Amino acid sequence: MALKKVKGNFERMFDKNLTDLVRGIRNNKDNEAKYIAQCMEEIKVELRQDNIGVKANAVAKLTYLQMLGYDISWAIFNIIEVMSSNKFTFKRIGYLAASQSFHADSELLMLTTNMIRKDLNAQNQYEAGLALSGLSCFISHDLARDLANDIMTLMSSTKPYLRMKAVLMMYKVFLRYPEALRPAFPKLKEKLEDPDPGVQSAAVNVVCELARKNPKNYLSLAPVFFKLMTTSTNNWMLIKIIKLFGALTPLEPRLGKKLIEPLTNLIHSTSAMSLLYECINTVIAVLISISSGMPGHAASVQLCVQKLRILIEDSDQNLKYLGLLAMSRILKSHPKSVQAHKDLVLACLDDKDESIRLRALGLLYGMVSKKNLMEIVKKLMVHMERAEGTLYRDELLTRMIEICAQNNYQHVVDFEWYVTVLAELTEMETSAKHGCMIAAQLTEVGARVADVREFAARECSAMCARAAAAPPGPASREVLYAAAYVLAEYCNEESVMRESITPVLVCARAHAGGGGAMRARAVCVHAALKLLAKLLLLYEQRGERNNAITVVHEAMAGFKPLLCSEDMEVQERAHNATAILTLLLRRIDPSNTMPDLAKEQLITDTLVEHDSNGLDNDTEDGIINGEIASSPFSGGLIEELASLFEGELKPVAPKAQKKVPVPDDLDLDQWLSHDRWSSESSSSEDESNALFTAPQPDARPVTHLTADELQMLREARRQEQANNPHYLKDDSPRSYQQDDVPIAEIALEVPLQVQSKRSDKYLVTKESNKKTKKEKRHSKKRKNKTQRHSTESDSEDADEAIVSRRPAVETGGELPEGAAPSDEEPQPASTDPHRALDLDLDIPLREEELLVTRVKQYPAPGGELILEKKKDKKKKSSDKNSTEKPVKKKKKTSKHTKTAELIPELKSETSDNLVVNNISNDVEGAGDVPPNATQVKNKTEKHKSKKDKDSKKKSKKDKHETKTGYEEALGISTPSKEVI
Amino acid sequence: MIKAILVFNNHGKPRLSKFYQYFNEDMQQQIIKETFQLVSKRDDNVCNFLEGGSLIGGSDYKLIYRHYATLYFVFCVDSSESELGILDLIQVFVETLDKCFENVCELDLIFHADAAHQVLDELVMGGMVLQTNMADILCRLHEQNKMQKAEAGLSAAPARAVSAVKSMNLPQQLRDMKLPDLPQAIKDLKF
Repeated sequence: MALKKVKGNFERMFDKNLTDLVRGIRNNKDNEAKYIAQCMEEIKVELRQDNIGVKANAVAKLTYLQMLGYDISWAIFNIIEVMSSNKFTFKRIGYLAASQSFHADSELLMLTTNMIRKDLNAQNQYEAGLALSGLSCFISHDLARDLANDIMTLMSSTKPYLRMKAVLMMYKVFLRYPEALRPAFPKLKEKLEDPDPGVQSAAVNVVCELARKNPKNYLSLAPVFFKLMTTSTNNWMLIKIIKLFGALTPLEPRLGKKLIEPLTNLIHSTSAMSLLYECINTVIAVLISISSGMPGHAASVQLCVQKLRILIEDSDQNLKYLGLLAMSRILKSHPKSVQAHKDLVLACLDDKDESIRLRALGLLYGMVSKKNLMEIVKKLMVHMERAEGTLYRDELLTRMIEICAQNNYQHVVDFEWYVTVLAELTEMETSAKHGCMIAAQLTEVGARVADVREFAARECSAMCARAAAAPPGPASREVLYAAAYVLAEYCNEESVMRESITPVLVCARAHAGGGGAMRARAVCVHAALKLLAKLLLLYEQRGERNNAITVVHEAMAGFKPLLCSEDMEVQERAHNATAILTLLLRRIDPSNTMPDLAKEQLITDTLVEHDSNGLDNDTEDGIINGEIASSPFSGGLIEELASLFEGELKPVAPKAQKKVPVPDDLDLDQWLSHDRWSSESSSSEDESNALFTAPQPDARPVTHLTADELQMLREARRQEQANNPHYLKDDSPRSYQQDDVPIAEIALEVPLQVQSKRSDKYLVTKESNKKTKKEKRHSKKRKNKTQRHSTESDSEDADEAIVSRRPAVETGGELPEGAAPSDEEPQPASTDPHRALDLDLDIPLREEELLVTRVKQYPAPGGELILEKKKDKKKKSSDKNSTEKPVKKKKKTSKHTKTAELIPELKSETSDNLVVNNISNDVEGAGDVPPNATQVKNKTEKHKSKKDKDSKKKSKKDKHETKTGYEEALGISTPSKEVI
Repeated sequence: MIKAILVFNNHGKPRLSKFYQYFNEDMQQQIIKETFQLVSKRDDNVCNFLEGGSLIGGSDYKLIYRHYATLYFVFCVDSSESELGILDLIQVFVETLDKCFENVCELDLIFHADAAHQVLDELVMGGMVLQTNMADILCRLHEQNKMQKAEAGLSAAPARAVSAVKSMNLPQQLRDMKLPDLPQAIKDLKF
């Protein structure tokens, strides 16, 4: 035996150890992968050997390889073997490997339960500590459930080292097994006043983590923490406590008032910057929660801001960063006090550190006012030009728009300025994403501010002209989308309209860019038609037929190349427009008697030629007559065309759709087109009252619908859907607007805007019961706005009247465009384990919860007896398992044979029965039965025997106990019947 | 909570990695890579906080790092940790390593990553700060190492001798010399 050992050791000397591996990898820099693959093979060989030392060495190497990114989950069984060694050295290696590579969903974790339990109860505190550290990295629900009691027992260990680790470990247990929280909480609370500062600190740490997610359950601990805060000198713990108070104060304003004084004292006295900073943070939280009306309140704000200023002015970049971070918190509640330090923040914009610049940018949001907005934006524009690095540039642009657009353009006094800024930003050509943002701003400003429309139209006209002249960049391409829309929608000046029709049409064809460009092109076609209609109306009113004809010809020439555009939508729209114009031309230019003007184009324009065959006889007097009589020379056609584009598009509140009430007579469960189907299809009458599943297969094949019929059906459904407000959101605009006047398409593609007519339809119903506070608030805001724009009173009033009829105006425009506002606060992710920990900790434990606490089985002093009893039982069950083994062996798959082979090894290796028991348990569990089945069976058997005993004593409670017995059988816990 | 602790060198080679939340190996490497890219392009005289790691955490998480000579020590933490506190913690970690290895350098971490892990385990447990007092940590480590030494005892002597020979500054060929025949010969011996 001794010789064998010597031999094993001797062999080991020449195995590659971790150092050799590392050295080898360093020496094989060129073919590292190959070298490691070779090492892996060696490791696999080593793992197959009996000597635990060899295995440990192999596992140590695996741990290193894991860090380099190699998957070692295949070795999980070997790692468990090494963990189960008796030697601390090997245990350390095993647990390190486990903590690095295991996770809660690892396959063979249930193998470890008893082994870890044994380690937790080990005599040596470091073995237990090792197990705790390792377990903290890979604890699963099952492990947490099974080991909760052992860990709780360790919480009252005599060794502070173990108490400390056990307390921290409990947090992990709670996360995986929330049922443990309530039974364990009293003990945790007790640890807050542990004599050892380390344990105390750990308990504070755990409660802080718990309270961060569910603060209200921990309010009752405030007095304990308050005491700790005023007595402790441990900065680490103080920081945690102060952070905790920061989370608690919003729930209990009284607490905040009490805190201010000690915190202020700390701020004055402490020399530790970290503590100072956290104190300031919590004071800020307090100030936010108690808002105002407290004496000395202003002084506290002042103190905080002053201290923060010192931090920001410090040469240490870290303090500067944190100072700005805290400033942004004050900003929310006390913008005035922060605004005083505008100079500081602006100076930070020039800092060389990007983190600091970004922080300063975030602060700017709350620091702008009507007075300084222009100035700040100007500064940012300068930065924008200088900034290298897209991230910062992107952030700058986003912030700039955010600053201006916040609170419904609260701070923007001069919208002409703002439009210019937008135009300038476009010229900087950032990215398509920002193009979208600018585009959204353009449309929004256009829709909301009537005054600036003329100006915006002019700007947009210039933009279109620029885009037509040179191929636009990615941002301009996106902005063009909005520019064309704004131009066509709001332009009323003849000269601008006249000049921009051609460039807009050029834009529609000029650039063959990607998808973004395509989007804008269709809009351009449409915008051109819109402009033309407006212009023609103007000419008609003045009776300038010649001009009208000229402009129509020009436009048609512009549309011509688009007729064969490769973009479907552009092509379709161009065809539509050309058809309309042809019709129009026939009406207003009924002859060829304008050779000088029309002839030239007739040659090129086939469509015009084709149409001109119609009426030949009209003379120039017709035109003269028209001019003299000043009667519409198009016979009302132009008017009709223009009327297609009439009506103002209004901003719609983001929640408007949701607030639309369901009409009383609307039955949502009713099949919408049932009648139609049954009446239009030739199905028989008796089917009409059958379920729709039945008639459908019959009806469908019978009806051979012609294209027209299909069209009719489709139309009918569209009608139905159009009348039903509940279809509005889900339906893509195209599905029922395709054949409609194209205007609706643009309107719907631009967020926040909807054709006013349709929205009026169902908003009228809301009008009567719409007298809420929100509206008042809104109208106030609008009033402010009217004051700023003195001239827009009339249109604004009308606007307001319409807007106020909408049920959900309060947010109309308060959110930045494109922000996809949602009115539900984001639900915490369903995977967040903290949700399950939202338990009321103050109500006393119920009995069924007490069952969970297996702690009763392990009472600190007299627990040995029961423990031993349990062990005996375990042994018995293990014996039973081993007898069952041969039977089960037949079922084993190849994987399980491996485990079976390893069992004898382990027996020789470790004298511990528990491990063997456990593994054989698994061998069983790995068969057909679910993993827990045997355990559960054991438990139920145990209960049964217990129950027998109990039932002899008290037969009354039989029923109740049967019930609990079943619950336990589900594997929830081992009950302590002794308690009952 | 601390979500991850990463140590890598100026070239992004990982020297120590500890994740307190599970990521598979590929993801871990990606995180290390991304973190390295974020951290390495920053000057030494800018602040030690960094937001914007996309793979790990999210908006609540921050990278707090320190750069020592050739190594970056990066902690990824959420908002429940004090920023300056974590900076101190990194300092404690490095000082403890320094005490354990006597003038720690990158090579120590390369060859004794396991020892570094042991130090870390006394400092942080499951993502929560366990102990910040360096004397205590050193004491715990010392006691555990003593246990390990006691276990090794005499039987470890030959292994130690071999590793001492290997560690000697011999030419590489000699050091890499394989001795497969020798153990085989011994094995073949009939005891």
